[in-house]
Amino acid sequence: MTTDLGPLVPRDRAAHPVPYDVDYKTSVARSPHQPLLSMESTPSEETGPRFGHNILGPLDNNLILNWTKGAAPAVGERILVHGRVLDEFGRPVPQTLVEIWQANAGGRYRHVKDTYFAPIDPNFGGCGRTITDYNGYYEFLTIRPGAYPWPNRANDWRPMHIHFSIFGHSFGQRLISQMYFEGDPLIARCPIVNTIKDRSQIDRLVAPLDMAKSRPLDFLAYKMDIVLRGRRQTMFENKPEGM
Amino acid sequence: MVQSLDNLRETPSQTAGPYVHIGCMPTHAGNAGAFGTEIGKSPIADGAKGQIVTIRGQVIDGTGWALRDAMIESWQTDAAGRFPGQDDADPAVSGFARFAADGESGEFTLRTVKPGPIPARGGGFQAPHISLWVVARGVNVGLQTRIYFEDEDNSADPLLKRIEQRPRAETLIAKKTADGEYRFDIRLQGAGETVFLDL
Repeated sequence: MTTDLGPLVPRDRAAHPVPYDVDYKTSVARSPHQPLLSMESTPSEETGPRFGHNILGPLDNNLILNWTKGAAPAVGERILVHGRVLDEFGRPVPQTLVEIWQANAGGRYRHVKDTYFAPIDPNFGGCGRTITDYNGYYEFLTIRPGAYPWPNRANDWRPMHIHFSIFGHSFGQRLISQMYFEGDPLIARCPIVNTIKDRSQIDRLVAPLDMAKSRPLDFLAYKMDIVLRGRRQTMFENKPEGM
Repeated sequence: MVQSLDNLRETPSQTAGPYVHIGCMPTHAGNAGAFGTEIGKSPIADGAKGQIVTIRGQVIDGTGWALRDAMIESWQTDAAGRFPGQDDADPAVSGFARFAADGESGEFTLRTVKPGPIPARGGGFQAPHISLWVVARGVNVGLQTRIYFEDEDNSADPLLKRIEQRPRAETLIAKKTADGEYRFDIRLQGAGETVFLDL
């Protein structure tokens, strides 16, 4: 690791959701009223934790089997979720941790605070993780999560979705987002989706069906590419390893 | 017309939601054993050099109520101001931690080593600080902030100096409550609102 990596590209806040949105009720009391304090990134944001393959178990990216350690498969529509992690300049982000979590096929989360009456699947935990390869590529095997109701407006339902957490190589790149599925009619109705005001940015979260990566008689595939903040470099700065 | 830029746009953030712990802190979600090794359980190992400190606090919403579902990540240097992986960095400091607000009380605890002064770009030093990233249900884009310490010299810190309303700088400074113990509450909105960062 090196300290002179160049500042991060400032975040384009218009690419992101608004913090305060009355239709997503919880955001009302949880969004700052004061503006953010902005300045050029410092080494504190330009460095970040790195994780090696030694933390991974053999089934960590296989949610169909990982809860039972391979003893019995989860119920639901078998899918491959895959894609690349890139930065804003289109460079792959290799060797970075990608974590996902989701509800089961009936829309029920395995969490002490989820009380939805759709049943727990005894063979499904709902979390997975992997590390991108040298081209920034990752993949997960899982089951397609169900939609579920939530106490927001009187009859709100989340679209089918998978939560994503991506580290990148610096703490200032840290990102959590959600992946949705092509064709789901609940996407357009969802107040969490609609905290993003730029329609083209919403499309970035909708994974297309990817028949080329599906395996006949086994699973369908969806492709979810992710773009993290880039790092500004000039010809006057030293090139660190790997850039 | 002009050439079109071929840069990509950053993927938009979405809230981490109330069940973020399933993926990031399975034991906290009630799913111990989901992963063999959970990351971020402690930013230090036994034998870390420097002063071990415990920082406690709450994440408080605009009504004064503590969040019961927030997750916080922290990133910091060792006691000498070196980031993990740098030459001569303390091998017992991983620098990264994940901790959650308690599901009943909303209290969080971070036990770590007090960081040293941290180099600033172009020379000089930043005062010792721990970088934080706060996510939760209702937070659409993760919030960046920092913990500084009231018993350190913060007078020359470039970030603190940028805060125009001087009283607001106090929101980034952990208050000493006992030897090696500090209090740092994060107020998302309203009176005493914490300074959040865009850098």
